[in-house]
Amino acid sequence: MDPELILAAQGVRYRYPGADRDALADVSLTARQGELVAVLGPNGSGKTTLLRVALGTLAPIAGSAAVAGRPAADWTRRELARLVGVVPQREETVFPTRVRDAVLLGRYPHLSIFGAEQRDDHEAVDRALAQCDAAHLAHRWLSTLSGGEYQRVRLARALAQQPRLLVLDEPTISLDLRHEMELFELVRGLADRSQLAVVLVTHHVNLAARFADRVLLLDAGVPAGEGDPEAVLTRANVERVFAWPVAIEPFQGAPQVIPIRRRPDV
Amino acid sequence: MKWAGLAALAVLAFALAVVLGPAHVPMGELLRSPIVRDLRLPRAVLAFLVGGSLGVAGASLQALVRNPLADPYLLGLSGGASLGAVAAIALHVAGPWALPLAAFVGALAAMGLVYRLGLVGGAELDPRVLVLAGVAVGAFAAAISTAIVSLSEATALRNAFLWLWGGLSGASWDTVVALCLYAPVPLVVLFAAARPLDLLALGEEPAGYLGVDVAVLKRWVYVAASLLTAAAVAVSGVIGFVGLIVPHIGRLLWGHRHRVLLPVAFVGGGTLLSLADTAARVSVAPRELPVGIVTALVGVPVFALLLRRWTRN
Repeated sequence: MDPELILAAQGVRYRYPGADRDALADVSLTARQGELVAVLGPNGSGKTTLLRVALGTLAPIAGSAAVAGRPAADWTRRELARLVGVVPQREETVFPTRVRDAVLLGRYPHLSIFGAEQRDDHEAVDRALAQCDAAHLAHRWLSTLSGGEYQRVRLARALAQQPRLLVLDEPTISLDLRHEMELFELVRGLADRSQLAVVLVTHHVNLAARFADRVLLLDAGVPAGEGDPEAVLTRANVERVFAWPVAIEPFQGAPQVIPIRRRPDV
Repeated sequence: MKWAGLAALAVLAFALAVVLGPAHVPMGELLRSPIVRDLRLPRAVLAFLVGGSLGVAGASLQALVRNPLADPYLLGLSGGASLGAVAAIALHVAGPWALPLAAFVGALAAMGLVYRLGLVGGAELDPRVLVLAGVAVGAFAAAISTAIVSLSEATALRNAFLWLWGGLSGASWDTVVALCLYAPVPLVVLFAAARPLDLLALGEEPAGYLGVDVAVLKRWVYVAASLLTAAAVAVSGVIGFVGLIVPHIGRLLWGHRHRVLLPVAFVGGGTLLSLADTAARVSVAPRELPVGIVTALVGVPVFALLLRRWTRN
């Protein structure tokens, strides 16, 4: 039997109010337990919009979005936050916060209105911090963290929710090579060892090809390919979507995209 | 330790409010004196309730608009309340409850108008639009108030002017009872919103993904904080800076978790306003300063220091 289907957006169409074209047209995105799915595409191709529709934040014009077998919009935000942990692209820090308190926010969907955090809440925070190799950061202020540390803390907060699906929206932006690799390996490990379903939006075509079980390539809101990285990341496909000449070389069984200099003389 | 200090300060403020006053009441007769029983005691309780309400409303609104420099009057309530009060004074509406009711209605009208303007932008209760709408409504109400004041006779003008700067001289057990019946409802709503307000500081989308129904939260906090402020303004006029300074000091000493901050803001606000009101009664006895002048005289320098500290970080 297949592992359980956690996220299932089928044939989704969406258009922002007042826009003159669809942001998404007939896009499907699924993720099963233990599976890492990468969503790829140029800037503005609808990746973040797809996440919003798949998680019920935006209502699709056509198609359906379900989480754990139930329409995404039918879950309350609280229920959904116990199933899905999201690391959004951006967030604000209005008030200074310590790492531990920031991760503790992930326990919100498990707490009652006036009740205090219990021991299992603190244990969940400890576990999440340890999983993300961030236990030693617990007492630091968020503002003092490096980019890589900050992303690990935000991932820990999502894990403290004890979700079954983890969604990350461009988590490696502005990270250096080592921190990128650390994050991808961490996320892959969570899919393998903790049997989480993971959806990862990223600009890192090559890392996605090596780490993801499946990739979805978006081209201006339209799916340009979905499935095994080798099947999707063909030269013709990548050149068309990113509007740039590339070569594809295999590396350890995964296709790697190498952009070609269009004007080698300059 | 911090809590003990705050509690001690609160008790001291309350004791001073009861013991000190223009009329000399010997210590032995404090409990039997009608001056204490009918004037100072209800006034001390009212000062505490009003100050506490302003503190909690200020802290909540700062979280709602995600700006640590917000205060309870940011959203135009003071302008609306002033307009109501000034209109009642100019029209010589009689009765002990006329002024507070007129101010309350004015504040609610401003709240409704700001809310309605906040819908124009498309997103409901967008913090930036809210702040702009609050300023606009406040300025509009102030213009009409000033027009009314400039056209009314001297006594009405003086009364209106004094009212605008706030004062608790109208305190009675009736007002205390009225506020005691009223304030707990918005206070409980805001305390219940404490944890989601922590999450809202991350931004609306991240808060939503962590389980907060952001639209519902913003609506409840906006209405509850406004109702609390409206009641405070109605019974005591416009008392500035309590709702700004107290949450700020609370944030510096206790941090930004609203489950802690909101109770601190209540006790701290009550304490500050008690002290300020005692100073307003005693400093120029037998006359009395509007308490808003005292809070402004203390508040502005403190605010300047906080602003420096805040902009440096």
